[in-house]
Amino acid sequence: MEAFILIGITGIGLGALYFLIASGLSLIYGLMGVLNFAHGSFLTVGAFVGFWVASKMGFETTIPEFLLAMIIGGLAAGLFALLIEQLLITRLYERHIDQALVTVGVSLVVGAVLGGWFGNDLRMFPTPMWFLTAIDIGGAQIPADRVIYISTAILLLIGNWALLKFTRIGLIIRAGVENRHMVDALGINVRKAFSTVFFLGGFAAGVGGVLVSVYSNGVSPLIAGSYLIYGFIVVVIGGMGSVPGSFLAAMLIGIIKQFANYYATGLGDFVVVILLAVVLLIRPQGLLGKVRA
Amino acid sequence: MNALTVKDLNVKIGESHILHGVTFDVPAHKVTALLGRNGVGKSTTLKSIMGLYQGTGSIELNGQQILGTPTYKIAQAGVAYVPEDREIFSTLSVRENLTLASRNKNNGDAYKNIFELFPELDTRAAQLAGSLSGGQQQMVAIARALLNENEILLVDEPTKGLAPKLVTEVANALVKVAHETTMLLVEQNLALVKRVAENVIVMDQGKVIFQGGPENLSDPAWVHEMLGVSGGHK
Repeated sequence: MEAFILIGITGIGLGALYFLIASGLSLIYGLMGVLNFAHGSFLTVGAFVGFWVASKMGFETTIPEFLLAMIIGGLAAGLFALLIEQLLITRLYERHIDQALVTVGVSLVVGAVLGGWFGNDLRMFPTPMWFLTAIDIGGAQIPADRVIYISTAILLLIGNWALLKFTRIGLIIRAGVENRHMVDALGINVRKAFSTVFFLGGFAAGVGGVLVSVYSNGVSPLIAGSYLIYGFIVVVIGGMGSVPGSFLAAMLIGIIKQFANYYATGLGDFVVVILLAVVLLIRPQGLLGKVRA
Repeated sequence: MNALTVKDLNVKIGESHILHGVTFDVPAHKVTALLGRNGVGKSTTLKSIMGLYQGTGSIELNGQQILGTPTYKIAQAGVAYVPEDREIFSTLSVRENLTLASRNKNNGDAYKNIFELFPELDTRAAQLAGSLSGGQQQMVAIARALLNENEILLVDEPTKGLAPKLVTEVANALVKVAHETTMLLVEQNLALVKRVAENVIVMDQGKVIFQGGPENLSDPAWVHEMLGVSGGHK
């Protein structure tokens, strides 16, 4: 039973990391139809800026110091995402192949610059000692850092929901996902909403980058790779443009992957790919996605 | 005084040349009906005025050039648009559709006016717009356009696909609105056009072939020749 609880909760923790990466991807595609392969570079920039801030505080940080580093990492990634959107993406709306080429290019350049500057070896992320402790849940010893992953993901989901539900910019984003030309025809500059979404997507990825660095025992220009692939899988399974769908899919994937790795030694990735294929065959629009006209 | 002046407007969509030098005026404070058979370019003309299609030529709103201006700026300049397929936001509630459209914070009077015009929208404010009937969706689309102070209202086939009872309701609302605004109305329902139009433009094959008063609409031979329908029945 303890193993069951441990695997379940660590699966939710992993799902939380996937959600942080996928939520921005989902919104950016859902609103703007932009296939953003540079999203991994937002994650990496957030991780490195968070690492830099945390390093200024010593080899070990307190929980508030770590949270501060995480938020600053998120903000830096959000600003970087905004910069990329303003400099490159705004010129490429409706040009999907060009978007893919340019955003892949951005991710390669960011990886190369950071690799040249810091090297590709893992650098230990300064974390609070509390992260190394365990919490007893039903007899299972759960690593304490999972609490941070899960609570951050839940906070982001609630924040996202509140923004979309209760603010004017959220209203514009929801309407823009449905029909951006009509939003324009109502006298609203939908491009501003696009920029906000890019910032928020970058922020979530940056926060995710800091947490992925902790989960991966260090920061490196290469950390985004497999997480970005999982981010795309989560978006497809959850439904393009649906943040709650991404949350559901991320949790499902995290849990299934952990159980598969435990009970079918190392087959986690394979099982997730099978799940992706099944969803695409049975419900191509994803779990909570809508069929596009 | 013309609210809108369109000169030599040419529009291509992909490889298709849709509008061929369209030229007409829309007098201020009057209802101008834009008529013609299906597929002659009426909706394309409205979309081009709205900036949704790009073209060459000239479109002036109260003397100011708006061709080439972004759509949202055209709307902010006072061009309101009720599209052919309503294009309400189906995943938003009626209230959210209206809130989104309203650009003026002091809009109490505007809301009062539209709820007088369409009382149903008040009672269904919390309902998802996608779950409304076609007629109710049309009311949302018209109400959305009336929430702001407009220089001109572009209305594209507001009674298309509606049940006869709803056609009357929407038509009555347009008649009321017609007294207060400049309107360019695309409509196949000649009975409605006869009720509201003070000026008529007829298009054929992407060109304007007639602009003048509405008197000819009572001449069945003219209607048949220009529009290909029997006058008074459609």
